[in-house]
Amino acid sequence: MMKNIIVVLLLTFVGFTAQAQEVKNKNAKVEFHVSGNCEMCKKRIEKAALSVSGVKSADWHMDCGTLYLITNEQKTDVLTIQKAIAKVGHDTDEVKALKEDYEKLHTCCRYERK
Amino acid sequence: MQKQISILLLFFFCAFNSFAQDTLQEIKVRGNSKSLKKSYSVTANTTVLTSKELLKAACCNLAESFETNPSIDVNFSDALTGTKQIKMLGLTSPYLMITEENIPSVRGASQAYGLSFTPGTWVESIQITKGAGSVVNGFESISGQINTELIKPISDIPFFLNAYGSTDSRFELNAHFNKKISDKWSSSLFAHGNTRVSKNDMNDDGFLDNPLAKQINVLNRWQYTNAEKGWVSFINFRYMNDKKQTGELNFDPNRDKGTTNYWGSEINTERFDVSTKLGYVFPDMPYQSIGFQNAFNSHDQNSYFGLNLYNIKQKSYYSNLIFNSIINNTKHKFSTGLNFTYDKYGEFVNANDYSRIDNSVGAFFEYTYDNTDNFSVVFGGRIDNHNRLGTFATPRLHVRYNPWEKGVLRFSAGRGKRSANVFAENQQLLASSKTFDFLNTNGKIYGLNPEIAWNYGLSFIQGFLLFGKSADVGFDFYRTDFQNQAVVDVMQSPQQVLFYNLDGKSYANSLQVEFNYELKKHFNLRTAYKFYDIQTDYLSGTYQRPLQAKHRFFGNLGYETHILDKGKQWKFDYTFNWLGKQQLPNTSTNPVEDRLPEFSPSFSVMNIQVTRTFSSTFEIYIGGENIGNYKQDNVILGNENPFGPTFDASIVYGPVFGQMYYAGLRFKIK
Repeated sequence: MMKNIIVVLLLTFVGFTAQAQEVKNKNAKVEFHVSGNCEMCKKRIEKAALSVSGVKSADWHMDCGTLYLITNEQKTDVLTIQKAIAKVGHDTDEVKALKEDYEKLHTCCRYERK
Repeated sequence: MQKQISILLLFFFCAFNSFAQDTLQEIKVRGNSKSLKKSYSVTANTTVLTSKELLKAACCNLAESFETNPSIDVNFSDALTGTKQIKMLGLTSPYLMITEENIPSVRGASQAYGLSFTPGTWVESIQITKGAGSVVNGFESISGQINTELIKPISDIPFFLNAYGSTDSRFELNAHFNKKISDKWSSSLFAHGNTRVSKNDMNDDGFLDNPLAKQINVLNRWQYTNAEKGWVSFINFRYMNDKKQTGELNFDPNRDKGTTNYWGSEINTERFDVSTKLGYVFPDMPYQSIGFQNAFNSHDQNSYFGLNLYNIKQKSYYSNLIFNSIINNTKHKFSTGLNFTYDKYGEFVNANDYSRIDNSVGAFFEYTYDNTDNFSVVFGGRIDNHNRLGTFATPRLHVRYNPWEKGVLRFSAGRGKRSANVFAENQQLLASSKTFDFLNTNGKIYGLNPEIAWNYGLSFIQGFLLFGKSADVGFDFYRTDFQNQAVVDVMQSPQQVLFYNLDGKSYANSLQVEFNYELKKHFNLRTAYKFYDIQTDYLSGTYQRPLQAKHRFFGNLGYETHILDKGKQWKFDYTFNWLGKQQLPNTSTNPVEDRLPEFSPSFSVMNIQVTRTFSSTFEIYIGGENIGNYKQDNVILGNENPFGPTFDASIVYGPVFGQMYYAGLRFKIK
């Protein structure tokens, strides 16, 4: 049983990568971590994500810091989105915000930087 | 490759399983601590009443559930129908769009009593929108929309029982049963019965203060939810039978109906409803959905008021197809779709036959821009083709702006058009010796033209902290301008009701100032002052709308103790209403003893309720309405001679019965 599950998971990942290379999904579900604290951060992060052409919806969960996106892969990619978010002061998995952008944040939004 | 794809698909469904479920659950109003919710981020001026708010008064039916809310004025039930009419922005329910789960419910033949046909315990939440509403449900709403969501089978508890009894000898029983049939299907059965068994005459005028009544109301609803595939569906079946009898104490319908022995009235209504709803949320695009609603109902009212006969039968079909999606991203949303309405009326007023068929088909488009922060706008329009109203456009606009934290400024504007069902909407006037005369004959609805009105509104709410507790102040101003109106004129003569097309001006201005404050934890105060200036040019001059107070004051105090273990709790609620003088219909040419002053006196009414929760499954409540025991004088004009020329039972501006006390219990199996 366990073995089967591992095989399925493995196959899934293989399938996922293969698919991503073949066709660009117009409604791709993307999620990654964005550092932030509060409701104000949520607004700022979602606004920054939506400002990227190709991002269709954005929902940042305050409790776990995960940003759920639906994007058109033909128009954008994760790195572009993360750059846009970093630009308003929030660190993401791949892109860290510049110190000066971080310091522009409202005091209550200054999350702990790793 | 084939295998990979199928596994991939599997994976996707698993992933979206949880996702789609989230989306669907957003529809649900979450059980929460606040009973009345005003949002700072919704575009329209909408207040949500949760089921908790509905428990603040032991509301028996929908009409009575607004008593603790300042946005809606509840009129006093009259001796004749025992039904409480509601008003918003000073206009009665014909000018409101009243929907049940977004399907128009109180309309046409059910206009007068429709709100009393939905028992309060069935209701999950109510959304009240002031001003021009959305274009999605139709073109008729002028001063606001009230949407009721009923309890959903999927979130319902297995069993609920409510029993109620009051000193005006009204008894109610509500029983709800729920069963989850499979992981996708669930079903609820709601049964309601109410009755008033004995005759009351507290003001000794020889007439019943409230009608003898009997109602049976049964709803069976089915819900199908398939979150993986994004489907949700509702199927409802409903049957209602309502009987009322009123008039003189000695009136016996079997003996006296159709005679002048004693004056009496019976109103018997039978309704059957079937409605279905099908919703599909695209699994990989949660912001895109399709909704398809269909409703069929048959309404049959047989009634007489003394020697006046009034029968109305309505068979109607309503259908609505909605597509929701986005443009580029969720900052730009839109809804578009089609409506179809068919109404077949068989209407008889004494010997006159007003039977007719009305139908309309329309298309709508509504665009929403939301900058996800402090600004949003909803712009909607629809084009309809109606066999009596012609082809016309209905534009509506809502704007919201948050200039600073906890401050919200809203603006709305819109147009509404409707055909007035003058008899159904004014049937209380049949309980008089008045003659009914139409002064116009060229229009397509009883010889009258359709009613057209524009509504504009501006509102502002500011939340803040006062001595460390949350408070908010708000004001709103709305104006309704009638381009045309089916004027119901009781100002000409006490022996006549005239119906004619508006010639001149008719408008309704409403101003509301509100202050709400949490005095201490679990102790809340709501206050509101309301000013109404509702004027119409009648043939005999310009008057304020009769039976409408120009000044009103509302206050509500609610206190709850902390919930102890096992859910033990006390809840106290007190509501105060003060009404200023009201314009009364013209009675100046009657003999002195049957003459009323030009204005009613001002008065106040107080209600209280105490609820004791013993556990999360059992609670009892007791309460009193009108505990100050205010009673209107001279409720029935000409009661000495009910078949004489001055008889009029339609002028009710205050409580008829006086103080009333009630008690009830609620029992749940979770």
